[in-house]
Amino acid sequence: MSLGNIFDIAGSGMTAQSLRLNTTASNIANAETASSSTDTTYRARKPVFAAIQQAMLNPDQQGFGMGSEEGAGAGVRVEGIVESDAELQMRYEPNHPAANEEGYVYYPNVNVVEEMADMMSSSRSFQMNVDVMNTAKSMMQRILTLGQQ
Amino acid sequence: MAITFDKALGIHEHALQARVKRAEVLANNLANADTPGYKARDVDFQAMMQKAQDSMTGFGMTTTHSGHMDTSSPGADGELLYRTPHQPSIDGNTVDAQAEQTRFMRNAMDYQASFQFLSSRFSGLTKALKGE
Repeated sequence: MSLGNIFDIAGSGMTAQSLRLNTTASNIANAETASSSTDTTYRARKPVFAAIQQAMLNPDQQGFGMGSEEGAGAGVRVEGIVESDAELQMRYEPNHPAANEEGYVYYPNVNVVEEMADMMSSSRSFQMNVDVMNTAKSMMQRILTLGQQ
Repeated sequence: MAITFDKALGIHEHALQARVKRAEVLANNLANADTPGYKARDVDFQAMMQKAQDSMTGFGMTTTHSGHMDTSSPGADGELLYRTPHQPSIDGNTVDAQAEQTRFMRNAMDYQASFQFLSSRFSGLTKALKGE
């Protein structure tokens, strides 16, 4: 337990949020990528976050009972990226080069409005983690001046 | 009478340690603001300070037998407690980002205050040693 841990925690938060921003960018960029079959169509991607527990980082130090470090968190990690299984949009566009025999093309299940909201949320969360890191930095700088006149 | 650091620094050293611990817990809450199922946590600062004060003044209850019960309030050892959520989100997350950020900022200011007290103790000691 020290101020240095806060840097790791806020850093893990920033990594997770930037990955979320990455998936959002990918989703928006591919929002209009049409395809002729359901298997090859792009699907919206979402990251899955999970909390890191201290005990996972150093299992040999895992205490018994209600130690002060028991259950203390150590940030956030991305457990994986899942593809949305919402229904794809089927549009009748016979003149489209990727149209199938019946004249339909498949568009991704990306909800652009949802993605924009997600983008704002992740950018705010990123900002919050930066603030936390800055505060921890100034706290650390103060402690270095201890005992000085 | 010998000057010991424990006596000279008083409660402020414990306060500073408790503030650092709390900052870490709150930073973790903020990092997990978007984690599904994450429960916001906090330490009981008052209970931690009470315990530190009791151990300094010697008025705290000591356990000398395995059958003795711990009379200190829960959270006195700095173990993490769960926050009671006002409006948990649908994915089971109980972090209120704004409230947590406010607490984090306030904790940082209180840390500065504790630090100021500790720092002035040191400058007081230096003054006493120099005899100016």
